[in-house]
Amino acid sequence: MPNAAAIIESERKRDVRTRWYLSAPALIIILLAAVGPMAIVLVYSFLTPGPYGDVAWKFSAEGWFNVFVERDIFDNTLSLADAHVSILWRSIKLSLLTTVLTLLIGFPTAYFIATRSEKSRELWLFLITIPFWTNLLIRTFAILEVIRNEGLINTILLEAGIISAPLQILFTDTAIVTGMVYVYLPLMVLPLYASLEKLDFRLIEAGYDLYATPSRVLRKIIIPLVKPGMVAGSILVFIPALGAYVSPSILGGGKNMMLGNLIELQFGQGRNWPLGSALSITLMLIVMTALIAYVRNAAKTGAGHG
Amino acid sequence: MAENVAIDIRGVSKVFGSGEHAFAAVNDAVLAIRQNEFFTLLGPSGCGKTTLLRLIAGFEFPTSGEILLNGQNIALMPPFERPINTVFQSYALFPHMSVAENIGFGLLMLGKPKAEIDARVNEMLKLVKMEALAKRKTSQISGGQQQRVALARALAPQPKVLLLDEPLSALDYKLRKEMQIELKRLQSETGITFIFVTHDQEEALTMSDRIAVMSAGKILQVGNPREIYDEPSDRFVADFIGETNFLKGKITATKGALSQVELTAGGNVLASRAENLDQTGEITVVIRPEHAHLNATNNKSSKHDLSGVLANIVYFGTDTHFHVTLADGMNFIVRQQNKPHQKGELSIGDKVAITVADNAARVLRS
Repeated sequence: MPNAAAIIESERKRDVRTRWYLSAPALIIILLAAVGPMAIVLVYSFLTPGPYGDVAWKFSAEGWFNVFVERDIFDNTLSLADAHVSILWRSIKLSLLTTVLTLLIGFPTAYFIATRSEKSRELWLFLITIPFWTNLLIRTFAILEVIRNEGLINTILLEAGIISAPLQILFTDTAIVTGMVYVYLPLMVLPLYASLEKLDFRLIEAGYDLYATPSRVLRKIIIPLVKPGMVAGSILVFIPALGAYVSPSILGGGKNMMLGNLIELQFGQGRNWPLGSALSITLMLIVMTALIAYVRNAAKTGAGHG
Repeated sequence: MAENVAIDIRGVSKVFGSGEHAFAAVNDAVLAIRQNEFFTLLGPSGCGKTTLLRLIAGFEFPTSGEILLNGQNIALMPPFERPINTVFQSYALFPHMSVAENIGFGLLMLGKPKAEIDARVNEMLKLVKMEALAKRKTSQISGGQQQRVALARALAPQPKVLLLDEPLSALDYKLRKEMQIELKRLQSETGITFIFVTHDQEEALTMSDRIAVMSAGKILQVGNPREIYDEPSDRFVADFIGETNFLKGKITATKGALSQVELTAGGNVLASRAENLDQTGEITVVIRPEHAHLNATNNKSSKHDLSGVLANIVYFGTDTHFHVTLADGMNFIVRQQNKPHQKGELSIGDKVAITVADNAARVLRS
């Protein structure tokens, strides 16, 4: 007769088995949709480019090599891949700028919504989500219409006599950032609103009561308490901004590339799939580093924020 | 105005909304709160007591009138410039700060040097007996402890006036009793003027030096607890504070501050009255249940003021309430203290006589 320990052990095993069966569908989807494609990208990054795109099944580290280093086609001398480094740098710079700008615009917006009456809050949130209904390309072309040389801004400024020649906004970094701020703003406003809505506004009164001026109430009470929302919003904006493709290609005019455009170039005209794959993984590594830094930071400061 | 007035409220009104939706939460309030006084604003919810407190704190600004702090008009001064601190009903402790950081916040905002803040925080922790929990987050301490931290935080900057907005309402009965005594101790130790808001009349009577009773935005009566209880200025105050019997009648004769009243329920009582009372027409007489005595009517020897039929007997442990139906159908409650080994001499349906103690009846405006 089996003893109690054996029965418990077999029950435990059966329980573990059941859990595996139950989670199998989800695991299969993750395997096919996330792990599989990533594995393919990883494998491709170590292969040789085929003559008309695609890859030749022959191992080569050239793809990874080319991420940061350039081989001169005539004398085979090596030099730093200036173009890649500057595109990488521009991507990080513009994404950070976009994150900061959406935060600066999104915070007052979310604060405004959170301080409205319950009923009108719903309306404001609804208005925030309206741009999502329209295709990204159409929204980006709309921005282009506004900022191009014969566009809305320049026409008004010229008519008003403020400027004598149209401002070149289109095809600059300013244009790219404008487009990205517009597109990603809701991703900042919504988590910020979620945090601000939970904020106990009596704490603000308590701050005023204890001699804190409005700017100190903002810095010492409101910001520390809505920090989780600020961080979540920043991540939600920074990650897609880093890999942005549409805004830089339309508003940057293909001249001011970002990582997304560079990767697209390698898979398209460049016919260098291994380099494209290596660049994709580089992008992912940057995002992961940023996320890990956030999680570590949140674990340190978030403790006891009941 | 006398030298010892801390907060002088001169004709203050606060109107919310406009047009036909306008609502005066505080209506022409006039009040002088003295230095070093435990002053209570008492009234039912929605009477305007919290609005008046918020006007003093600076979270609201009056529609009209002046609020003077030691002679200076502070009615339109922002809250962070007023040397007045508040203990909030919900405590409103900062969840991202420790107990000690909460207590030191006001001093930090005042720009005090760190050494002074630390010393003062330690002093405050000792005052509210929270030294052991200084490093805790505010979410990790009990409701009673949060209450103490809220008090210490408001007292730390040594305000001229401390405002307390129903701070005990979230505590259970025993803890509330303890905190009532604690608050009185803190007030006498610190010498700070306390303005306390409550809807609990017992709390108001036991703790206050003086009480202002409010209703519908108006201050009805200001006085010490004994005056408020024994000499209510009108029917609302009498009804709100303690239990009261209301009887209708007419004044038949007046001698000094006393009037002979003929009651509608039959019988006569001698009642005191406010000096400026209109003596014609129907008036109301109030008699506290503990100021009346009950006898069986077969006891012919004693004189009595009222008679009726015993409708109900409610036993309360310390005392018993006898509900008597009077000749005009009104209910009259007599409260008698219980004595050891007392046997129930009266039973429901008995005819009874009520004797009212001397100087117990009071005439009010109807």
